[in-house]
Amino acid sequence: MTCLHLLLTLVFAVSLGTPVEIQRPRGVPLTKKQFYEEGKPFTCLDGSRTIPFDRVNDDYCDCKDGSDEPGTAACPNGSFHCTNAGYRPMFIPSSRINDGICDCCDTTDEYNSGAKCENTCKELGRKEREVLQKMAEITKEGFLLKQQLIEEAKKGREEKQGKVTDMQENKKQLEEKVEALRTVKEAAEQPEKEAKERHLKAWEAIRLEKDKAKMAEAFLELDDNSDGFVSVSELQSHAELDPDADGTLTETEVQGLMGGAAQVDTSTFESVWTNIKDKYHSESQPEEPAPVETPPDEVKEPAVDNDSEPYPEDDISEEDDEDEDDKDDYHEDDDKVRVNIEKELSFDFGPDAEFTYMYSQCYELSTNAHVPRIWGSWSGPENNKYLVMKYEHGTGCWQGPNRSTTVKLTCGKETVVTSTSEPSRCEYLMEFTTPAVCQEPANTEPSPHGHEEL
Amino acid sequence: SFGLWGITLLMGLLSVFFVCLFFSSAFAVDRGNFKTCDQSAFCKRQRAFKPGQSPYRALLETLELSDSRLTLQLINDNNKVHLLLELYRLQGNMTRVKINELKPLKPRFEVPDVLIAEPPTDLSVLSKDDNGVVLSLGAESQRLIVSARPFRLDIMEGPEVLLSLNSRGLLAFEHLRLRKDTNKEEDGLWEETFKSHTDTKPNGPTSISLDFSLPGVEHVYGIPEHADDLKLKTTDGGDPYRLYNLDVFQYELYNPMALYGSIPLMLAHNTQRTMGIFWLNAAETWVDISSNTAGKTVFGKMLDFVQGSSEKPQTDVRWISESGIIDVFIMLGPKPSDVFSQYASLTGTQSFPPLASLGYHQCRWNYNDQEDVKSVDQGFDQHDIPYDFIWLDIEHADGKRYFTWDPHKFSQPKEMLQGLMDKKRKMVAIVDPHIKVDSGYKIHNEITSKDFYVKNKDGGNYEGWCWPGNSGYPDFTNPEMRAWWASMFAYDQYEGSMENLFTWNDMNEPSVFNGPEVTMHKDALHGKWEHRDIHNMYGLYVQMATAEGQIQRSGGAERPFVLTRAFFAGSQRFGAVWTGDNAAEWDHLKISIPMCLSLGLVGVSFCGADVGGFFKNPSTELLVRWYQTGAYQPFFRAHAHLDTTRREPWLFGPENTALIREAVRQRYALLPYWYQLFFQAYRTGMPVMRPLWVDYPKDTATFTIDDEFLIGSDLLVHPVTEEGSRGVTAYLPGAGEVWYDVHTFQKHNGAQNLYIPVTLSSIPVFQRGGSIIPRKDRVRRSSACMENDPYTLYVALSPKKFAEGKLYIDDGHSFNYDTKKEFIHRSLTFANNALTSSNLCPDCNFLTSSWIEKVLILGASKPSKVVLKMNGKETPVDFEFDSSMSVLTLRKPGMNAGDDWTLLLQ
Repeated sequence: MTCLHLLLTLVFAVSLGTPVEIQRPRGVPLTKKQFYEEGKPFTCLDGSRTIPFDRVNDDYCDCKDGSDEPGTAACPNGSFHCTNAGYRPMFIPSSRINDGICDCCDTTDEYNSGAKCENTCKELGRKEREVLQKMAEITKEGFLLKQQLIEEAKKGREEKQGKVTDMQENKKQLEEKVEALRTVKEAAEQPEKEAKERHLKAWEAIRLEKDKAKMAEAFLELDDNSDGFVSVSELQSHAELDPDADGTLTETEVQGLMGGAAQVDTSTFESVWTNIKDKYHSESQPEEPAPVETPPDEVKEPAVDNDSEPYPEDDISEEDDEDEDDKDDYHEDDDKVRVNIEKELSFDFGPDAEFTYMYSQCYELSTNAHVPRIWGSWSGPENNKYLVMKYEHGTGCWQGPNRSTTVKLTCGKETVVTSTSEPSRCEYLMEFTTPAVCQEPANTEPSPHGHEEL
Repeated sequence: SFGLWGITLLMGLLSVFFVCLFFSSAFAVDRGNFKTCDQSAFCKRQRAFKPGQSPYRALLETLELSDSRLTLQLINDNNKVHLLLELYRLQGNMTRVKINELKPLKPRFEVPDVLIAEPPTDLSVLSKDDNGVVLSLGAESQRLIVSARPFRLDIMEGPEVLLSLNSRGLLAFEHLRLRKDTNKEEDGLWEETFKSHTDTKPNGPTSISLDFSLPGVEHVYGIPEHADDLKLKTTDGGDPYRLYNLDVFQYELYNPMALYGSIPLMLAHNTQRTMGIFWLNAAETWVDISSNTAGKTVFGKMLDFVQGSSEKPQTDVRWISESGIIDVFIMLGPKPSDVFSQYASLTGTQSFPPLASLGYHQCRWNYNDQEDVKSVDQGFDQHDIPYDFIWLDIEHADGKRYFTWDPHKFSQPKEMLQGLMDKKRKMVAIVDPHIKVDSGYKIHNEITSKDFYVKNKDGGNYEGWCWPGNSGYPDFTNPEMRAWWASMFAYDQYEGSMENLFTWNDMNEPSVFNGPEVTMHKDALHGKWEHRDIHNMYGLYVQMATAEGQIQRSGGAERPFVLTRAFFAGSQRFGAVWTGDNAAEWDHLKISIPMCLSLGLVGVSFCGADVGGFFKNPSTELLVRWYQTGAYQPFFRAHAHLDTTRREPWLFGPENTALIREAVRQRYALLPYWYQLFFQAYRTGMPVMRPLWVDYPKDTATFTIDDEFLIGSDLLVHPVTEEGSRGVTAYLPGAGEVWYDVHTFQKHNGAQNLYIPVTLSSIPVFQRGGSIIPRKDRVRRSSACMENDPYTLYVALSPKKFAEGKLYIDDGHSFNYDTKKEFIHRSLTFANNALTSSNLCPDCNFLTSSWIEKVLILGASKPSKVVLKMNGKETPVDFEFDSSMSVLTLRKPGMNAGDDWTLLLQ
């Protein structure tokens, strides 16, 4: 049977540095020492019953609240206090006492399990002080930056408010100007439009060139006997051209493809090419490879047809237009601008509008994903809701939820993404640092040293 | 864990079917993907035979009797084909009936590796005349009567017929024949097409069928796996129960469709007797059940009874298999426990699992990377919830190449495993039997070079689509292949593996996304046998080889832990089974009970369902209720589909976290009891989780109950499985017995329906009066952390102030209990006001540091004094008595759990 030591002598340093022995039962924090008076009957801390003192820490649970066994694992709801001199004190569930796993850095939780624990408190304390020091510096600088952000936001806000007011006052006036402005706008856009058309033409030319080259190649491939003509039989060997997809390419079907001709030369092949190019498989290239490398569960959308080259129009970003919103009010419809500004002014950019600067920025992530330029809703803990922002109701996932993103903000000198992950399918988590959440540094420097208990 | 949605996506890649399948994949099985009896040519053919005059005749002049068996020829008078009947009387009240062709064109498949030994026999002829033969079946005045014309077998005890074979004349044995000898080109004889798949049948029709009549039987059970009630239903007017291991995507409940596993054992039960029919055949099998009382109302039955004009109730069953031979074992009980031990003597008992595997398992498809694993592990500690195993699904491997690790997400597997080991926890990683065809993959190359793949009908390597894309399927029926596979689990072969890494075999039906019914073509070849012959045992072999690998890697010292989805008779010897890809729906929670009860009845005790439901997102209430139910089922693992939101136990607010924590803690406190029950299951074949009728075989009220169950004999659990429930009605069996609510110690009488009001925290559990259950009430973060903790004994007194129980202790993980008798097995008895611990295994040796910290005696009266007698000394023991609940608590008696002692109440 296990017999446990009733009392443990604890030695630790007080601020004066003088070692003082304070006796109290194992696992009891100093703040509760007065309830455990040696030799006197012990009353459970919930007052439920009183027991002889020799039943404190005797490895049998007498109190419903677990208070008679602060230093053993006997009570299911007990907790054990480790002093962790040099680091910070903590409570652990009493189920972790003598379970063979080191939980307290001062090793006091494993006094009878045979686990070989090392006292790591000093090392942890040192590391923590370093981290805290660094954090204090960051907070200090970050808080200064935050003040600037607040200042800028204040100015920006006043400007915008002024703008809105102006607009409202001058709305009629502006409406009159609209026609004139539109003319100006069109004139301004003319060069861009021309450039776009030029680009389109050039692209079309390239496409035609490519097609021609393909056609010539195909002709050479099809002309098996190299007599300068492609014949019905030569074409018939290409089963993939079967127009009714019944598995056989009949002679009649081939004749149809060849416009009734028995054979075609390079010039007349052009019309045949138009009929067959969508289905034609080059002999020199392998058949479409089996998608072995694509695990089925990772495929979310139908594969893009690689053969047709899309006109790169999509790449001309529409986001650019939006980004011009607050720069150039002549480029856009004034009402839209006004509505946008009003909308922007209605967003919650923090108690001092310190998050305003984030609104117009788009952060590149390592994964090339974008934070959509929408403003989510603050959903941090009650004491500071501005630590977390949620973006919900994104596009749907197959058999899954709508995509959503949670952004966690921590104090930092720069605004950077520190991590991105997808903890759950279609639920993304991003972690940012930003000065905007830096709190005013406390007056006193944090010093974990010597603050363990007293 | 997955299912047909993989097919959906795969097809999407390949063709325009993408769109239609995509939208038809609502949450229900696509029944069209799976055959009905009508679509399965042999089933249709066999079912078309109607009961009546059998063409089979016994040729009594051919009778030969040896010490071990009786042989006799049968002739089919329609086609003059001779069959050979072999009868064996097996020790332990069993009869084996084998029927094969007398001279088949070539050998027909006989199932190997399922029977643990050739069963011993004894048999003698009593009398013989022109009409038949009477054989003595051992002691209990049992006889086997062979009738000649038509052929039929009757097993009798005294004047009663217990069971008859071919009594309805449905014996049909399709003999092997040459194609040219087939008169008419009947559909499906030499070729069969289902959807786009053609089954070439080079052997033509080979199916077999036999009927059994069970007079006096109204309740039959078993033949899993089906998502259906515990009591089997009649199949008239519908499809028969199908046994054909299939990967069914989002299976539907309450129908006889085939699922992932097959165990062709049916139990028949009435108040007098329990019997078993074990149909040893691994081919696709269908089972028809009909009953002469099924259509009758209770009133109709009453009327019959009163008028005395009733015909005797009777259940008739017909087994139909596609190939192989007829090889049936009739187990005559008579007690339920006799049938379990009879079946166990044939196919073996439940493997004795490592203690930790009885704890809680946390799984998800998928834990994304090592960081994720670490944070989930920490989450359990932060929220003070115990767990023993964390699981990795297919995404952990490098491109679904099993035995490898994703180089980015799991770059340091040993570091991860060491981190878990430091907390005395373990991990399971999936290893499926489909092997990516990839010349850069060691496993594939070795299997190819050793020529271990299953072959297609043309002799090339069989290939099909599964998670990695194009895959080969190792031929697990080949013992050399299995030996090689086992060697792959050696620590130097399976890189990144450590002793706390265990294995999960999924998709071993086998699942072939582009195969017929999502499985392998029946004309694929395993050596000289067709896949058709061995289909239902492929999964058994996969688990067998994997478990063997785990044993070998420790030099035979450590117990394996392997979970399988597909199974067959005998699978219980190799590990645990779960009910596959269920859904987060209340009905799926409910069905987990009959599904695991059915498996327990046929030998597989280590059964569980995915807690929370695999597909879809459970409501918080459903999740909590599922934890509460799962905590009281043998295999306790939460699992979730890739597309579900995260559902670790602490993600639903502190109240729900507390409810889940409490359920898991109840599980851990009872681990000593679970462990001892698994030891019993391993030794005797008694199911761990069992229907009430097993322990109350004469109480007809228990025969159809499958919303509550027993764990061992001593705990009765009625989980709450209804949404918004405010109360449940539990049936407490046993006239003259009492049951104690394990939470309040309130005593209730047996043989009553008890209404129990419930809240969200309620898990109605009762301890049987007359039992002693050891618990470890100091719940810690994993089972290994509790190894040396003391026990509390819960002594629940019967009305006669008696109770008994057992305590089993060993190291929890090695084979030393078996090889070195290193265990403690004690009998605990309370009688005459004395609680005594006595040694059940005097020649065993094991030392424990666990001790007895507390004894609770429920239903006790107040003693004046309590004394501990030990080593000839008497010491007083402190106690408390709660007169309101009659609970006597003995404080810290303190003896070692392995000692002899007596506690006297005076």
